[in-house]
Amino acid sequence: MASMMDVSELTDEALLDRIQRAAFNYFLNTTNLANGLVADNSRPNAPVSIAVVGFALSSYPVAVERGWLSRAEALERSLAALRFFSDSDQSGAPAATGYKGFYYHFLDPDTGARVWRSELSMIDTALLIAGALASSMYFDADIPGEIKLRELVDMLYRRVDWQWAHDGGDTLRQGWKPECGFLHYGWEGYNEATLLYVLALGSPTHPSHGDGYRAWTATYQWENLYGFDFLYGGPLFVHQFSHAWIDFRGIQDRFMREKRCDYFENSRRATLIQREYAKRNPNEFSGYDEHCWGLTACDGPSDEFPDVTGLPRRLFGYAARGVPYGPDDGTLAGWAPLASLPFVPHLVLDAARKMHLRYPEMMSDSRFASGFNPTLGNSDRGAWVSPGNFGLDQGIVIMMIENHRSELIWRLMRSCPYIRAGLRHAGFRGGWL
Amino acid sequence: MQGYSAPRAANPDGIYERERMENVRPPEWRNPKPAGRYNLVVIGGGPAGMVAANAAASIGAKVALVERALLGGNSLNVGCVPSKAIIRTSRLYADMRSAGHYGALGPGNIEVDFPAVMQRMRRIRARISRVDSVQRLSASGVDVFLGEAHFTGNDTLSVDGTRLHFRKAVVATGARPDTPSIPGLVEAGYLTNENVFDLTELPRRLLVIGGGPLGCELAQAFGRFGARTTIVQSMPLFLPREERDAAQLLSDVFTREGIEVRLNTEAVRVRMEDGQKLVDLISDDYRNTVAVDAILTGTGRLATVERLDLALAGVDHDAITGIRVDDFLQTTNPRVYAAGDVCLEHKFAHTAHASARIAVRNALSVGRRRVSALTIPWCTYTDPEIAHVGLYVREARDRDIPVRTFTVPMHDVHRAITDGEEVGFVKIHVKERTDQIIGATIVARHAGEMINEITLAIVARIGLRTLAHVIHAYPTQAEAIKKAANACAHPAGGGSTVQSLLQRWARW
Repeated sequence: MASMMDVSELTDEALLDRIQRAAFNYFLNTTNLANGLVADNSRPNAPVSIAVVGFALSSYPVAVERGWLSRAEALERSLAALRFFSDSDQSGAPAATGYKGFYYHFLDPDTGARVWRSELSMIDTALLIAGALASSMYFDADIPGEIKLRELVDMLYRRVDWQWAHDGGDTLRQGWKPECGFLHYGWEGYNEATLLYVLALGSPTHPSHGDGYRAWTATYQWENLYGFDFLYGGPLFVHQFSHAWIDFRGIQDRFMREKRCDYFENSRRATLIQREYAKRNPNEFSGYDEHCWGLTACDGPSDEFPDVTGLPRRLFGYAARGVPYGPDDGTLAGWAPLASLPFVPHLVLDAARKMHLRYPEMMSDSRFASGFNPTLGNSDRGAWVSPGNFGLDQGIVIMMIENHRSELIWRLMRSCPYIRAGLRHAGFRGGWL
Repeated sequence: MQGYSAPRAANPDGIYERERMENVRPPEWRNPKPAGRYNLVVIGGGPAGMVAANAAASIGAKVALVERALLGGNSLNVGCVPSKAIIRTSRLYADMRSAGHYGALGPGNIEVDFPAVMQRMRRIRARISRVDSVQRLSASGVDVFLGEAHFTGNDTLSVDGTRLHFRKAVVATGARPDTPSIPGLVEAGYLTNENVFDLTELPRRLLVIGGGPLGCELAQAFGRFGARTTIVQSMPLFLPREERDAAQLLSDVFTREGIEVRLNTEAVRVRMEDGQKLVDLISDDYRNTVAVDAILTGTGRLATVERLDLALAGVDHDAITGIRVDDFLQTTNPRVYAAGDVCLEHKFAHTAHASARIAVRNALSVGRRRVSALTIPWCTYTDPEIAHVGLYVREARDRDIPVRTFTVPMHDVHRAITDGEEVGFVKIHVKERTDQIIGATIVARHAGEMINEITLAIVARIGLRTLAHVIHAYPTQAEAIKKAANACAHPAGGGSTVQSLLQRWARW
């Protein structure tokens, strides 16, 4: 663990480098080199999460540029994963890997077969495919391995049947299971699905119809909260995930044109609103203030602890915590502010330093735990800390720090023809587009 | 009268039930002799029918009202009145249990006296029934006929064999609970709003099917009385019409209170075993069975159109949507109007009242009032309450109206903090770049009281900026509305041109 003295003496750049590299080590430690699949988290017997594979594929170029991995090693890891998905069982059977070009959310690390009766996940497939596209934009050399990689990515993208995922409706479905067909959950309100719609609209083979995006954005809520006008989304990650790949600065769809805003500026405001909420701290949890915030999807305590009045308090375990309506059980994600680094660099760095000074126990080996809860802490061990690490958290931290430092991922994806086409079909105009 | 169960009291020997029946269906009542041709005959003595009859009588019209069950209708007898009475007691129990949060010493052992809850409800219902009594209506000049009415022609109907002639009629027969078609449900027995208030014992385990207003209100109330309550809702959220955040807050509250919340879930089969009801539930690919002592269904209401012989009067209707009316509440028979639940999508007592006034005015005078012009608020009386008026954001966007919403969480309102009632928000929707209020949703412990200010503003066309100049007593929870108005009138923070100009000026 980096000592407190260490961190306060580090320059911003050195601090970010340390955190980013430690986060990347997660992928080095949890990947099955035989098939490139990456564990959802570092706990024993964790399954593979396809979204985490997407973050890993996006992070290998960062590692090459930063000198943490050779280009050949990065290529090899990326090819392993892409070959696996290319060859995987797409029959949609209960123990297959995918169906219609989509993949089950959780897979067996060795066989790649579906586990936990997980759903065929549209958003997690989108995160995987986005990672694959980032990889294909980076490995652009005319050498056999990189040519092969680009072919695989193209095939995987073209294979996804986004039309099918509409199930005849306007908006995309969230999931499907062989046991019961499409799941009933609908996408309503703004969330991390912008990337999903852009990918679905950009497909040259099975594109989503343009009405889907319009139907989805019709459920948006533009709200003035704590003095900021913004497109409401409770948990912070919904304002971050699509931004890991797409540079939304200066480009606007119809909704944002109407609001004279863009999604990047919106994420900036959403980040400031998180700070405002933490300042108010309506539930009077320990630790919350303008320097200590980050309500998002993360792991938290799930046991029933009595509060001061002896009444049971509900704790939510792994959940999408959000502001201002909760759920909020006093659990914060130390990595969540850093995933907003490009939006408000100074405030985020300030928060990252102060949170680390106060709660150094939320990091081990300079890597963030998924969540920590100061209210449930004690003087011996400090805050309650989620054991191990989660791949999604590490991946978003690597990518957003890199976008802040060099815009590497944004640059790669700005040149991706599928992303450009998808954005245009969604009605985005202006700026770099 | 086939298929119709005669009105009954929960405990006819009780003094309160005797009083209520004396008021709303006096056993010794003799129907009057029909007085030639009536200016108006009203069929149905619920909220719409009572208002229609009184309004017509007050302008000197010769009026008859026919009721086949109880005056006061659902609202008084099996709806708003009894439910709000028991909800009040359930809130008190919830407050007692959380006494520690308020710095109070709660009673050591909280025991729910369910018969006392129901006795209080009956007392209150009897008291309010005095307003809706047959005697009172009759004294105001209305010929009250208790019996079953059916049309016999364009301008005639029969009440148990007695023929009534009318120039105009208003059908206000209301609605009744829809029975979900779940195999085994009818055989196992189930509760609806029509008989749940007859309970004399608290079911130990209760399954509520349907997450609409009625299901949500009663699930929470019975949960607070100590019934182990499960609520099953086929949609991803409760109250599917309401804003996502409102429904989400409610579902969080339910879970915190120990109600088992089963969203995206269908009850598919019911069977009796060892004296308990076993209900099979399916959520996507997950199946399980719950064992309960009672099942309450709150899955919607159907207009009461049967046995009226509407076809003989040339009145178009549908078993599900009810009587077909135009915007003036006129049916396909120009002499016949309809009002209230029997013809309206929004089945609320206050909508019934308002529509009845329109129907009477349009039927008896030259007035041409439109029902679409009404601004109708509504409220679900859970804790917190969820109230709404005007358009939802989705509806506005469907009509291509750009919307800006001013949101004030109740945790920013001092009185909500002092009251320990911080769960909720006020959201006021205005048309983008104007201050014209197009709708609002309030989630707060007293949201039903707070929404009226917004309704007034919409009806009187008062813009949100003007509300910023209205002094609100401090500290009150309705100050949340003033805060939203302030945000509209004096923008600050992101997105404000004035703010960025000021910031630039300050930097300079």
